Amino acid sequence: MANKVLVETTLNGETVEFLCEPRQSLLEVLRDVLGFTGAKEGCLTGDCGACSVIMDGRVACACLVLGPEVQGKKIETVEGMAKDGENLHPLQQKFLEHAALQCGICTPGFLVAAKALLDRNPKPTEHEVRFALAGNLCRCTGYDKIVHAVMDAAAVMQGR
Amino acid sequence: MRAFTYESPRSLDQALGLFATAGEKARALVGGTDLLIQMRAGVRQPDVVIDVKGIPELQILSFDPQSGLRLGAAVPSCRITEDKMMQDKYPGLTEAAGLIGSVQIKNRCSVGGNLCNGSPAADTTPALIALDATCVIAGAKGTRTVKAEEFVLSPGRTVLQPGEILVEFRIPAPKPHSSDCYQRFIPRNEMDIAVVGVGAAVTLNGDTCTAARIGLGAVAATPLLAKAASESLVGKPLTEQAIAAAAALAQQLATPITDMRGTAEYRQHMVGVLTRRVLNEAAKRTKKK
Repeated sequence: MANKVLVETTLNGETVEFLCEPRQSLLEVLRDVLGFTGAKEGCLTGDCGACSVIMDGRVACACLVLGPEVQGKKIETVEGMAKDGENLHPLQQKFLEHAALQCGICTPGFLVAAKALLDRNPKPTEHEVRFALAGNLCRCTGYDKIVHAVMDAAAVMQGR
Repeated sequence: MRAFTYESPRSLDQALGLFATAGEKARALVGGTDLLIQMRAGVRQPDVVIDVKGIPELQILSFDPQSGLRLGAAVPSCRITEDKMMQDKYPGLTEAAGLIGSVQIKNRCSVGGNLCNGSPAADTTPALIALDATCVIAGAKGTRTVKAEEFVLSPGRTVLQPGEILVEFRIPAPKPHSSDCYQRFIPRNEMDIAVVGVGAAVTLNGDTCTAARIGLGAVAATPLLAKAASESLVGKPLTEQAIAAAAALAQQLATPITDMRGTAEYRQHMVGVLTRRVLNEAAKRTKKK
């Protein structure tokens, strides 16, 4: 395809370069160009949060970001959450312990949105967790287990 | 999504050059939370998408006690809601910016984008109208200004001409004993589009109202300034009776439609309810300062 642009960005701490058409979303770039399939395609309208990624410290729907927009930005995806790809992030560990997932398609988005919350607000109230995750939809588990997992992870990360 | 060219100008001059060249084939991109959805649906099909977030003038957020607020059109909602000055001086506009969508959306969307999208239900527009906001528009021939209530012409259409770009909002500094408020009705707590939204700003001298502006959303083809309702309050104490009379005038102005979010009758009723509530709340806030 003609009209491709070269983009340089930081993905989970590593500099990456990619070529994309302007009409390709960050979600398409992550999944189809870079092979990072953690972010999921859900609604493509910014309603479900399955494609959540962190961009320069703020969570966003990758389906509503154009590939060229991430030039010079820092992107974090669920793939970057486990240290060295092995040691699970406390959020991931607590999602397992609380059985905060069933089919799992919403899980990367929830993990990323929850990480973005805890990065800014390490001791959120349950109310704050529920509002922070209002942009992520889960159609099987129900939200209680997810909220409890996030609260528990926050406590662990605070050494409580 | 149809193919297009992507531009990300770093200065207003550069942007104006790009908009002038592309004319009506260009569309400005801020958060993409409306535009990219519309492009996927084929509703808007620009040949050139101009990402305006990198233009310094569109990222201004500054307050001066004399000249008031300068709010860049591309300042994201999250910056507004986290800003102490905005919370203190313009609580109504700040709460409107905080009601749009999820955290994911608020991190990307902007008051300028909300207005330029041209929706009658935009949450921030009634708040802008209540605050007497002026929209600064730049084009090849220079700069012009339009009042917030005159910006949207019909659903999805605005006063912006090909080659023009919304740069910033200018909002007067709040007078002593003044405040603003925005409330909307949605059938849930979060993540929905207003069935009705009402913004109000009032200034009091003792108990007497010396200035009032009421903005209405989602009850006509465009967001509205409820002029007669606003003026009816001036010179009077904000009694329950005066507020009820203003709410009735606001209801008369509303020409809502019936759709999946609510019936016309229900919206008509809610205009009155919300007008009373925002006036009472704005009046209460004037006393906190």
